[in-house]
Amino acid sequence: MALALVIVPLAFAAAAAAMPWQKWRPWLLPACGAVHLAMTIAALGRPEVSAIGGWLKLDALGRLVLALVSVLFFACSLYAPGYLALRAERSNRVFVPCLLFFLAMNSLIVEAQHLGLMWVAIEATTLASAPLIHYNHHARSIEATWKYLLIGSVGIALALFGTFFLAYAALRAGLGTSLFFPDLVREAPRLSRPWLHSAFVLLFVGYGTKMGLAPMHTWKPDAYGEAPGIVGTLLAGALTSCAFLALLRFFQIVSAAGEAAFARQLMIGIGLLSMAVGGVFMARQRDYKRMLAYSSVEHMGILVLGVGIGGLGVFGALLHLVNNAITKGVLFLSAGNIHRAYGSKSTEDVRGALRRLPFSGALFLAGFFAATGSPPFAPFLSEFTIVRAAMTSGHAIVGGLFLLMLAIVFIGMGGAVLSVVQGEPPAEGPSGYHDRLGTIAPILLLMAIVLFLGIYVPAPLVALVQKAATFVEVKP
Amino acid sequence: MQIVADPLLVVLLLVNFFMLGTSRLRALINGSAAQGVLLALLVVAVHGEVTLQAALIALATIALKSIVIPSMLTRALRDAAIHREIEPVIGFVPSLLLGGLGTGLSVVFARTLPLAPEHVGSLLVPASLATAFTGFLLLATRRKAITQVVGYLALENGVFVMGLTLVEAMPLLVETGVLLDLVVAIFVMGIIIEHISREFSSIDTTRLSSLKE
Repeated sequence: MALALVIVPLAFAAAAAAMPWQKWRPWLLPACGAVHLAMTIAALGRPEVSAIGGWLKLDALGRLVLALVSVLFFACSLYAPGYLALRAERSNRVFVPCLLFFLAMNSLIVEAQHLGLMWVAIEATTLASAPLIHYNHHARSIEATWKYLLIGSVGIALALFGTFFLAYAALRAGLGTSLFFPDLVREAPRLSRPWLHSAFVLLFVGYGTKMGLAPMHTWKPDAYGEAPGIVGTLLAGALTSCAFLALLRFFQIVSAAGEAAFARQLMIGIGLLSMAVGGVFMARQRDYKRMLAYSSVEHMGILVLGVGIGGLGVFGALLHLVNNAITKGVLFLSAGNIHRAYGSKSTEDVRGALRRLPFSGALFLAGFFAATGSPPFAPFLSEFTIVRAAMTSGHAIVGGLFLLMLAIVFIGMGGAVLSVVQGEPPAEGPSGYHDRLGTIAPILLLMAIVLFLGIYVPAPLVALVQKAATFVEVKP
Repeated sequence: MQIVADPLLVVLLLVNFFMLGTSRLRALINGSAAQGVLLALLVVAVHGEVTLQAALIALATIALKSIVIPSMLTRALRDAAIHREIEPVIGFVPSLLLGGLGTGLSVVFARTLPLAPEHVGSLLVPASLATAFTGFLLLATRRKAITQVVGYLALENGVFVMGLTLVEAMPLLVETGVLLDLVVAIFVMGIIIEHISREFSSIDTTRLSSLKE
């Protein structure tokens, strides 16, 4: 099962690359998405899922991230045939296999128990997503791809640097050569401290670049702004979650070594900075897709901030990981529809989306309320949990700043979103796009999940998040 | 091992300075190729003897870093008909000074890290940090896409040297990791450079500036 979660999407990717029929190729996506989701559900039901002598194993953290990646990919895969049918003029021969390969590598990141293997898988996602961002092949998408590749590669190189530092810490402690996470966590108290600290900083910067934390976020607005909505969803929902998982694996090692306080300060600082940068740049944003990228920067900040606060905060952050990924799906996909209909991403040209596209416009608006933490949507619960954790654990100032940033974000993002959805729509553009079942139903599905999780968090999910939180925060 | 490795590392550091100081892109690419050869020699030096494994990795390093990538970059240079880095963000002399400062700080920082007995007094760790820093400097302060790729290569070279401290403990894993990384990353970057020069008829990344706040 552990192996199949990686192999099956790879097989689908190979099939998609070999398939000669442009029209039918997109349908491999929902097929693979459904199989992957079924396998994920089966895997979550089993107590032990591992393969290749422990190189792949689903642990508590992996289960949570795998579940969210699989659900998100499934929704995107339902959206894909409708979207690609609208883009029939452009070949999907690279696009579809890359999406499937991307899914395979996400499964691999989640399951990898070896430092090196996880790094290779994350590197592979960077390379797989470059052609996805470049899909539109115009000057701006080349620019975005170039920045994404260059900054992403530097981040990955730094992560490798950090990996070597960590390996050296183990070597220095005379621990032999195992780079398996369970071994590193068990032996963490004996790791050499100066090397461990340097390793964590490098890994934090490296994988933080991949997550898009400020100040390493500069690729994000360009990449998310130019990529198709479906790619934006997977980058902002799935890939960033996998990068966060990588960060948490190292946080786990550092806390097992009894050095959590050191990591926490870093995480709180960068978390607040990311929220501030997201809020400020959202406020003066004239491009609603770039605005979503800054919203992603802000939410990445919330995630590391939650872990930095610790205790209940870790639980809140992991719950928020799920909520953020699903909400981002709603926002990016509906923004993609609006972009298609108006042929513009500027808030100056796009008005009256609620009139022109009643469904996409309404979903975009609802997604905005969800992303900014308004009740009754799910992110409200997780953000509230993080605030409560901050207030009850002596981080009152951090909690206050957190609330302030949320208010700034709400006002900043609200201005742009309202100007998109309200008002009188301009004359019909050349695209002639109208909402249809294929491009609306998947977003409705995601929105329903966001709403449902905001009203009632089912016990299995609570258990999943709780186990992952205890798993991450090991006591030395 | 140290007797052979340290002089090689000193040459590596000198090549770093050469790369920071030159404005000719061809010289920059040659510097990067020279670093590839140095790394290959270092692999053999660190292994202590010419084993099959060391020889293979050294050959792969030379093939990739000194032949394939430089010729790819040279071709891109010829196609785009450019020769010099015209206006770096930071001038050549200040970036040399910064490079010197970075190298000094690398040595100081490396001293604070406790080393395994076999690496005490070796230049491996400081040279690794200094080379990575040089890469950063090139990446951040130069405008041509090719220079940025060379900067990324220098960063990778720094990581590679750090990996050499681990070869005895983790043979193969380290080198294959770095080389794998490089092959694919450069391959994809090469494709994008093609696209850039076709679309903008230039590989100056200042042209890539329609996306900003």
